[in-house]
Amino acid sequence: MKTPVLGSLLGRKELAAAPPDVAAAALRSDRFRLEREQDWARLEAMLTRIEKGRLRGLSDEDVLALPTLYRTAASSLAVARETSLDAATLAYLEALVQRAWFQVYGPREGVTAWLRRFLGGDLSKAVREIWLDSCIALFVMVMGTVAGWLLVARDQEWYFSLVPTQFADTRVPGASREVLLETLKVEDSTGGLTAFAAQLFQNNAGVSILAFALGFAFGVPTLLLLVHNMAVLGAMLWLYHDAGLLLPFLAWLGVHGTTELFAILLAGAAGLHIGRRMAFPGRRSVMAAAAEAGRRGAQVMVGVVLMLVFAALLEAFPRQLAGTETRAIVGLFMLVFWLVYFYAFHGRDRQAIRAQGTAP
Amino acid sequence: MSAAYVDKRQRELVTPEGIALPFRIASRGARAGALILDMVILFMSALLVTLLLIYLASGLFSLDAEIDQAGAGEFLLVIWTLFWFFLWNGYFIVMELGPRGATFGKRAVGIRVAARDGGRLTAEAVLARNLLRDIELFLPLVLLMVAPSGDAGNAGMAATLWFLVFMLFPFFNRDALRAGDLVAGTWVVDAPRTRLADALSTQGAMRDHASAVTGAAYRFGAEELSIYGEYELQTLERVLREGRPEAMAAVHQAICRKIGWEPGAGDERAFLEAFYAQLRARLEGGMRFGKRKKDKHDDQ
Repeated sequence: MKTPVLGSLLGRKELAAAPPDVAAAALRSDRFRLEREQDWARLEAMLTRIEKGRLRGLSDEDVLALPTLYRTAASSLAVARETSLDAATLAYLEALVQRAWFQVYGPREGVTAWLRRFLGGDLSKAVREIWLDSCIALFVMVMGTVAGWLLVARDQEWYFSLVPTQFADTRVPGASREVLLETLKVEDSTGGLTAFAAQLFQNNAGVSILAFALGFAFGVPTLLLLVHNMAVLGAMLWLYHDAGLLLPFLAWLGVHGTTELFAILLAGAAGLHIGRRMAFPGRRSVMAAAAEAGRRGAQVMVGVVLMLVFAALLEAFPRQLAGTETRAIVGLFMLVFWLVYFYAFHGRDRQAIRAQGTAP
Repeated sequence: MSAAYVDKRQRELVTPEGIALPFRIASRGARAGALILDMVILFMSALLVTLLLIYLASGLFSLDAEIDQAGAGEFLLVIWTLFWFFLWNGYFIVMELGPRGATFGKRAVGIRVAARDGGRLTAEAVLARNLLRDIELFLPLVLLMVAPSGDAGNAGMAATLWFLVFMLFPFFNRDALRAGDLVAGTWVVDAPRTRLADALSTQGAMRDHASAVTGAAYRFGAEELSIYGEYELQTLERVLREGRPEAMAAVHQAICRKIGWEPGAGDERAFLEAFYAQLRARLEGGMRFGKRKKDKHDDQ
């Protein structure tokens, strides 16, 4: 709420400024300027307030007047360009109209409104729109896994060149079933798991943002990143399969993996989408195609970061605290949840179609 | 033609009202300066928060063991981890979504982000342009530091070169777009905030049609006024607004020489004001008939 006393004081002060002596101006263009000066000053004062984030300090009257004042200033600028040679006034008007234009056509949407729109349909729509890239990313990821498995199955030396040393602690070819089972065991306390989750999230989010950004380089580095990461997974799958522990390992992995791998798939697909649209822009210019794909990809990326928050929580808690069956159920449930949310949920889309249908 | 009229950074955008709104692309130097300022702000706040958390942690562990120290310590660690992530990714995004469309660094150098198509600057666009920062800045910087050591071999050098392309992207296109701008459909423009200067023709010799010092009324003939154009008029305007006596004396001399008057001394300001008013009246009169005289070489 504005304070009425302060508001009226300010109002009086503005009125107190003497109206310019229009008749004294020797030049016609200066008279034109002096007649409109007060409107410009009012617009400028409002803009300064808005830019400082004090939109609430504006009265309803001012908010309603903003578009009108903007148009007046814009037409003053058009006239002044044709009739005035006063460089200072022209520069002032250009800057003023620019600032007003930014506010009149600026983002007038709060974070909450954006989030509701985003979760209520925009995210699913963006994910559906990159379906082709998602299929390519899925294909590449499956091929990477298969390649990792086959390479290690043929020659176990591959395991050491594929799997980074931090994972290869006790999980190496030739390790006994008991040692491998130990790595899948259930923890009995939650100590340290929150910090673990936070770090997992930060790490995974960093990697997926990178996968997305690399898509700009026509998608090639993104694909390589996906293949390499999935080959590691393939090699580890083979290792547990060899010890007869494939199902427990899949459950251990799946509890967060369905969410995490899905998120990585989408990040890669979003990056790939940009690269693909720039390489094949269709009828639009490359610039327009890149911008459109980039905005869509950015929406998907916000979804990816949200998914990774879920994945980190799942990885830190249910994975470490629950048994194999619970892990498998949670993992499958999450997979179904994401699939339904992204591909079956139409949100505002469907509402819009329904609204169109009922319109006369 | 004088090169003074060609501004390489000037662009025009037509608003929905049909007004051609001029924009100036922000200079690469200004953008680099803004980035450095933002990095300083980011690192300073990260350092402050880290110190604060260390202080809290040291206080925590000096307490008696009545409370769950491990849990509290873990909580601090979680806060720190998440703080870094959201500071790094959120600072640019939140600031650029604000009504000024600029981070603190950009505000300080007077530039802002705008949509290239003249539409709204959407949240998606701001997100997209900032998500690419990692490959444009960090990857090249890290590779530049790591690759020359030779640990990564030729691949490291190749990657460095490849990512330097992204870092130097703004130098390869005329709108100084970085890869993030390209992908988001944005550009960075000057955001000038100029004050309205006083109207010149309500002051001094222009208002009174005579000098306040000598009482002389300067009158110039059409012949004398026809030697100059808009460019000279603007130079004169600048000299009058700045009001430095030595500059006014020099211009006064130059004009007198050009129009064949005997330059006196002591009443330069009144002379220049009168000349400015009459030259502007003449040129503006010509504009109303669609005639413009760019500068003294223009034979219009």
